[in-house]
Amino acid sequence: MESNRKETWLQLLFAGCAALCILSVALICWFLFANGLPAIVEIGPLNFLFSTDWSPSQGQYGIFAMIVGSICLGLGAALFGVPLGVLTAIYLAYYCPKKLYGPFKSAIDLLAGIPSIVFGFFGLVVLVGWMQKVFVGSSGKGILCASLLLAIMILPTIVSVSENALQSIDPSFYEASRALGAGHDHTVFFVCVPAAARGIGTAIVLGISRAIGETMAVIMVAGNAAILPTSILSPVRTLTTGIVLEMSYASGLHRQALIAMGTVLFILILIMNIGFFKTRHQKG
Amino acid sequence: MKPLLPTTVITQPAFLPVSKSRTRSGADLFKKKTDRIGLALRILCSLAAFCSIIILAGLILYILVNGIPWLKADLFSWTYTTENVSMMPAILNTILMIAATLVIALPVGIGAAIYLEEYARPGSKFVDLVSITAQTLAGIPSIVFGLFGMLLFGYALHLGLSLLSGILTLAILVLPLILRTAQEALHAVPTSMREASFALGAGRVQTIFKVVLPQAASGIFSGILLASGRILGESAALIYTSGTLAKASFNLLDPGATLSVHLYKLLNEGLYIHQANAVAVVLLVFCILTNLAQKLIQRKMTKGH
Repeated sequence: MESNRKETWLQLLFAGCAALCILSVALICWFLFANGLPAIVEIGPLNFLFSTDWSPSQGQYGIFAMIVGSICLGLGAALFGVPLGVLTAIYLAYYCPKKLYGPFKSAIDLLAGIPSIVFGFFGLVVLVGWMQKVFVGSSGKGILCASLLLAIMILPTIVSVSENALQSIDPSFYEASRALGAGHDHTVFFVCVPAAARGIGTAIVLGISRAIGETMAVIMVAGNAAILPTSILSPVRTLTTGIVLEMSYASGLHRQALIAMGTVLFILILIMNIGFFKTRHQKG
Repeated sequence: MKPLLPTTVITQPAFLPVSKSRTRSGADLFKKKTDRIGLALRILCSLAAFCSIIILAGLILYILVNGIPWLKADLFSWTYTTENVSMMPAILNTILMIAATLVIALPVGIGAAIYLEEYARPGSKFVDLVSITAQTLAGIPSIVFGLFGMLLFGYALHLGLSLLSGILTLAILVLPLILRTAQEALHAVPTSMREASFALGAGRVQTIFKVVLPQAASGIFSGILLASGRILGESAALIYTSGTLAKASFNLLDPGATLSVHLYKLLNEGLYIHQANAVAVVLLVFCILTNLAQKLIQRKMTKGH
């Protein structure tokens, strides 16, 4: 009896631990919505989401410029990061010599582990300097610079997810194509890569959502002006950096508006992740 | 076999005249085309891989080469002043933060993994919900964790700007990471081990603690290292939960900056770019060390199996 009771108690304890995961997500949703939605209602949802006028001192809280900024940086990062990442993944999966494979994978993992603020430091001292040299007269900080830095940061995500997709396709595809007389290169690019297209798509979505959620690196190199960008060199502020920049001194409606910005960011990331789960489930 | 041979001999020449072109057969045409496009794409691939490595190497080398000369003894003195922006308080805070976060997140993460692997029926609604929420947690940006931590621990629970708020926030942040690695480690333990233990008369709890967990220990340890690396590098989730005060504190209710937050502060102030570089070196070295240790454990694990 004694040990039986212990067993039940421990099972309940373990189940409780697992339930904490659900509880955390529920709490995050609850706190973000409960603190963010009242501000959105007070400012007016349309005004809040689609006005480009962000001047808290005048009581104007339009975050459209920041939404555009986030999307610009997400797409910009994908523009540079996706070709580089996907091609690197193809190299790893089909061309990498056996001896190089281990070190190469370790290097990619290391890149994933570098703190984002260290990337920010690198961007600030190196990339911004290069931008200033290439585009004389500009401040160097802006969409292009931030996109390049983010492309480096999302590289490990894109490489590892795409490589996984490439490794998990049915080997009979490769064999059938070779048996029909196609060479290794032709098979890789016209049979294997299309077969893994869905997985690679997932990698791209995940990469973009990483880029949109990134904060501390972006804050160093994006210029942080809350205006609609007009060129690839113009400074941008994103949803993430907007929160960090102003939270320290914000109060009242301003503070609530910043939390609401976090809510919008959260919803944006959630939508992308749900898309990701859907593709994964279809695959399974 | 024998009757087949003549047919193949007959069909081959019969097929050739069908193709209208003089010299190229279908297969030949195919080969020529692949040679060019395939080769170009292959070169592009190698180039991309080369670029990725160059970027990584360049980044690490740049930071190390420019930062190491600035690693002076002053930067490791016990107190932080505006003349000497010592990183020692931040290092102590970071160590405290990693230890305390793991103390909270580890039992919960491993407990959840045990439930999912050892008790729950796979495919049940609860298991699905837990894995979906764990994946969702893993995808949430750290600034959202920061906001949430500030709202829940800072304001609702009145912990204010304190190390404890930061620790609790980070515990939720690394929970999915620990859960996933522990689950993988438990999954890798062969079922026969459990069956053998049950056959010897051990109960479920005994089997888990005496047979399964010791087997999964190295996998769980590699998860601990991954989580430590994540905590070490976290800054956005901490600025508004544990604050940016550069003072070592062993009272969990005091605010205190970790190394990453310290680096952010130095960069933000813009006056201490060389000292910031030195901090980046320390962060990078810690990060490379945990990464290497994790790789070593992983190699040991795959060798063991």
